[in-house]
Amino acid sequence: MSSFGTNRPAGPREGDYYQRDLTVHPPAFTPIYKTSVTRSPQKALLSLEQGIGEITGPVFTADDLGPLDNDLILNYAKTGEPIGERIIVHGRVLDENGRGVPHTLVEFWQANAGGRYRHKKDTYLAPIDPNFGGCGRCLTDENGYYYFRTIKPGPYPWRNYVNSWRPAHIHFSIFGRSFTQRLITQMYFEGDPLIDVCPIVKTIPDPEAIKRLIAPLDLRATVPLDCRAYKFDIVLRGRRSTLFENRLEGN
Amino acid sequence: MVQPLNYLSETTSQTAGPYVHIGLAPAAAGFDIFEKNFSHVVAGPQTRGTRIRIEGRVLDGTGTPVRDVLVESWQANSEGRFNHPDDTQTKALDPDFRGWGRSCSDFDTGVFLLDTIKPGSVPWRDGRPQAPHISLWIVARGINIGLNTRLYFSDEESANANDPVLRLIEQEVRRKTLIAERQETPDGLVYRFDIHLQGDRETVFFDI
Repeated sequence: MSSFGTNRPAGPREGDYYQRDLTVHPPAFTPIYKTSVTRSPQKALLSLEQGIGEITGPVFTADDLGPLDNDLILNYAKTGEPIGERIIVHGRVLDENGRGVPHTLVEFWQANAGGRYRHKKDTYLAPIDPNFGGCGRCLTDENGYYYFRTIKPGPYPWRNYVNSWRPAHIHFSIFGRSFTQRLITQMYFEGDPLIDVCPIVKTIPDPEAIKRLIAPLDLRATVPLDCRAYKFDIVLRGRRSTLFENRLEGN
Repeated sequence: MVQPLNYLSETTSQTAGPYVHIGLAPAAAGFDIFEKNFSHVVAGPQTRGTRIRIEGRVLDGTGTPVRDVLVESWQANSEGRFNHPDDTQTKALDPDFRGWGRSCSDFDTGVFLLDTIKPGSVPWRDGRPQAPHISLWIVARGINIGLNTRLYFSDEESANANDPVLRLIEQEVRRKTLIAERQETPDGLVYRFDIHLQGDRETVFFDI
C-alpha cells in the first residue's frame, strides 16, 4: 500500500450523504458552452469521504430575511408594480430519499419581463423595469415547501454563438443541511422552444435530468384573475440512515 | 425484471452565470434591495480567535483572473467546532460565529476577500486531527457545477504534513496548491490563496 493510503477505512456512517451521481450533472468541460473551455479543471476530482466539515453547513433563520424577500412583485416596487406576467413559483425541496428538507435557505434571481438583468455588467438594449429588482429568497417550511411571487422572465441574448438566446429561466441557489448538498441550478418553463437549443441546457448529458429542470404550469395553484403558478421541486443529495452496519462512535 | 429502486435523482446543477451577484450579493450587482445582506465578513466583533484575512484570486486556464466568481467559505470556530447540530463534539460553540461567508471577486482585479478567524483543528473520520483548514465552494459563469476545495495555512507546516486529507493527494507536488501563504501586513495577518481552475498549477478540487 502506498504512503497516502494508510488510513483505516472507517466504513459508511449514519449521516453520510450518498455520493453524488455525476451522470446527472454536466461535466466541467462542455465546449458548446464556450466559457467552460478555460474554466474547467482538467485533472480528476479527488473523491473524499465526508468528515464533520462536509456533513455540516451554515444554518439560517428567519432573522436573516426581511418580510418581502419572497415577493419580487413588491420587494423593489418604487412607483408601482413591475410589468409582465404575474406568476407564483412553488414546490418542495426534497432529498433523494423523498424527505422534505426543512428550514433551508433558497435564493433566486432572474431577468425582468424583457430579458434584462438589473446588473451593472448587463448592457442588453431591453430596458430596466424601475419596479423590478429580480431577486428574492426564503426558507423552506417544516415540510420543505417554499414559494415566491414574481414576474415571468423573458428570454435573453448572450454572446456564445452569434445568435444564442437563453430560454426564460430563474436561477436557484439551495443550501440544504450540509456543505455537500450545496447546489445552484436553473428552472425553465414548460413549453419553451428555446430549451431544446440552449447550449447551457445541453451541457446536461441526460435528457431525463433536463426534464426535471422544467417547471410545469400548475393551474391548481393559480390565483384566478391575479396570477398563474409553476411548480418546481428540487432534489438534494440523500443521506444514509443506519440499517445493519455496526454503529461507530459519534452516532 | 426487478422492482424499481425508487430513490429520487438529485436536481442537476447549472452554471451560476455572470449575474450571480443579483441574487446572492445584490450590492455587487449595483443595487440595494434587502434589509440584511450576506458578506465576506465571517467573524463578528465578539468572535473568539485570531483575526485573519484571506485574499485570493481565481485564475482560468490562460492565467487570467476570473472577475465574476463567487466564493463561499465554511469553517470551524477557533476551538475546532462547527456551528451545526450534526457536529456533536463537546467543544464550545462560539455564539458570534456562524462559520460561513460569501465573497465576490472585484470586477477589475478579480480579488476576493474573507475576513475571518483562523479555525481550530477538527478530527477526521478516524479520529486523527486534521490541519486547520477552510472549505471553499466556487461558482461562476463557465463553471457548470460548483467546485469544492480547501484552504490550508503555510504556518501550520507539521499539521499539514500529517493532515489525512492532504495525504490523500497522491502527487505530493499538488498538495501545495491548497496552502495559503502567510503575510504579515500593517493591517494584520493576510493569507494569499490563488485558485487555478486549469493547467499546470491546477488546484486540487474534491468530490465530497
